[in-house]
Amino acid sequence: MAEHENAPNDSIIVCEDVHKWFDDFHVLKGITTSFEKGERAVICGPSGSGKSTFIRTLNRLEEHQRGTIVIDGVELSDDLRNINLIRQEVGMVFQQFNLFPHLTNLQNITLGPIRVRKMTKSEAEEIALSLLERVDIADQAYKYPSEISGGQQQRVAIARALAMEPKIMLFDEPTSALDPEMITEVLDVMRELARSGMTMLVVTHEMGFAREVADRILFFDEGAIVEDAAPADFFDNPQHERTKLFISQTLQH
Amino acid sequence: MLGVILLLVILYTNMLKGLRGLGLTLNLDFLQDEAGFDISEGIPYEPSDVYLKAFWVGILNTLKVSIIGIVCATLLGLLFGIARLSSNWLIRTIATAYVECFRNVPLLLQILFWYTAVVGQLPRVRESIALFGGVFINNRGIYLPSPEPTAGLRIWLGFLGAGLLLAVILYVVRWRKLRQLDRPGFRAKWALPAFLIVALCGWFLAPSRPFTLDLPVLQGFNFRGGMRFSPEFSALLIALSVYTGAFIAEIVRSGIQSVVKGQREAARAIGLKESQTLRLIVLPQSIPIIVPPLTSQYLNLTKNSSLAVAIGFPDLVSVGNTMMTQTGQSIPVFAMIMVSYLVMSLTTSAAMNWYNRWINRVGR
Repeated sequence: MAEHENAPNDSIIVCEDVHKWFDDFHVLKGITTSFEKGERAVICGPSGSGKSTFIRTLNRLEEHQRGTIVIDGVELSDDLRNINLIRQEVGMVFQQFNLFPHLTNLQNITLGPIRVRKMTKSEAEEIALSLLERVDIADQAYKYPSEISGGQQQRVAIARALAMEPKIMLFDEPTSALDPEMITEVLDVMRELARSGMTMLVVTHEMGFAREVADRILFFDEGAIVEDAAPADFFDNPQHERTKLFISQTLQH
Repeated sequence: MLGVILLLVILYTNMLKGLRGLGLTLNLDFLQDEAGFDISEGIPYEPSDVYLKAFWVGILNTLKVSIIGIVCATLLGLLFGIARLSSNWLIRTIATAYVECFRNVPLLLQILFWYTAVVGQLPRVRESIALFGGVFINNRGIYLPSPEPTAGLRIWLGFLGAGLLLAVILYVVRWRKLRQLDRPGFRAKWALPAFLIVALCGWFLAPSRPFTLDLPVLQGFNFRGGMRFSPEFSALLIALSVYTGAFIAEIVRSGIQSVVKGQREAARAIGLKESQTLRLIVLPQSIPIIVPPLTSQYLNLTKNSSLAVAIGFPDLVSVGNTMMTQTGQSIPVFAMIMVSYLVMSLTTSAAMNWYNRWINRVGR
């Protein structure tokens, strides 16, 4: 495992020996790592390796049973106030988009700012419209999610997360449910976001994106971090057998 | 098409011929004849009243058991439907047992069970079970205190009117305020407490309390005063509520579960609280799914109330049956029963469709 000697005050996410079990199944076996402000990390690994579960513990969609997770100085515990505080700072984009089908695209985006950030409706709508502009679908604001394509839905979902002005963005396989021709439009939005300096943790199988955008790639296998390296080292000089096998398999097609 | 019309004409003339053979004509004049039979419960009615009145008593009895039954079944269904999704093993198991027991046994059997094995086994009048000093339960029925209006009622109604006016004004003021603030909020936040306070003040300021309670009192061999639910009514009401409640519980459960897990996760991820997630995300999506099958259950309950015949509760079908045997006018009476149920069902459907549209007025 590559060394990451960050001064603690630069780290926005600090994980210490994080364990999680689903009943008897040990999904996360002692994850210890940290991420700096503005860092762009790609997390990859075979299915069932715990990579999605790991980023879902970071905003408490999954509970961890042992170890500590500290997000921007606040520890994640059963304390509901901390959980709500952290959820406002951490945006998440899901594989299945999870837009609210009974709300328009615009309402999907303004819901959080109005209800959680207590903005006025017009303030929230102004922000939402500028975000839709940013993800290049301003003309779809008053349509419903079911009326737009998958790629457009995922861009609305990204705008929805950004509307809360998060410090960290988590992406859980954001392009896995998309038709191939729509993957690029979503990745373009994510590239733009990376350039803007957002802290991003991306679970993805898009190795091209990882090589181009990531500062760091973490390879998960069987609930542990097997390899943690800069993209150049990761692809050209992997240290572990499992990583070598994974890279050769993913780059074949 | 022509064949169908021809068939109907043949059937109709054949029926008229048959009726003439029995010495009957197809009209509704018999409804003005004296009924001559007694009806055990319902609005005031004498055997000397006409058939039309008797039929009306039957309709009201059916409506009474159906409306109270629908309310009780809905409450039971909501309670057990939500309980089936509980994370508590005991609550979940009890709810599952309730649903599986009551929806898998024929309703007629359940009605007979409640009538003979439960209500029929209650103690005699002299050994009545007394609750809260005003409720008495025995094998003649359930006796409850009934509210009787007093002279103070008028003044209290005046207060209610004034409170309503105030509430409307406050509602509009709050609505405009929210519009001006440009924020979502509960529009009746001022109107509701204001109305309740005025109503409460009126209750105590009126020269006498608006209602007195007429308590059932044991006199001789029976209770007098108060309200009485007969054993037949009680057994039918319990059976219909419990049976239909089991189906409604399943409808509620499936409606809530049909909102996929991802919706809740997305709501949490943007920082919504659990109560907001339920109100803003889950319910708006599950209610449109719940309402259509719920409507069917309401219609089923109303129609199933005709099984009252089995225990002698004088509902629409029961009274209609007596009318048919006494007058021989089976065709008009059948038609009247059918039209009555049709009107009730269509009214229920229309009301529920309106409710569904009202709920869905925002979004889709």
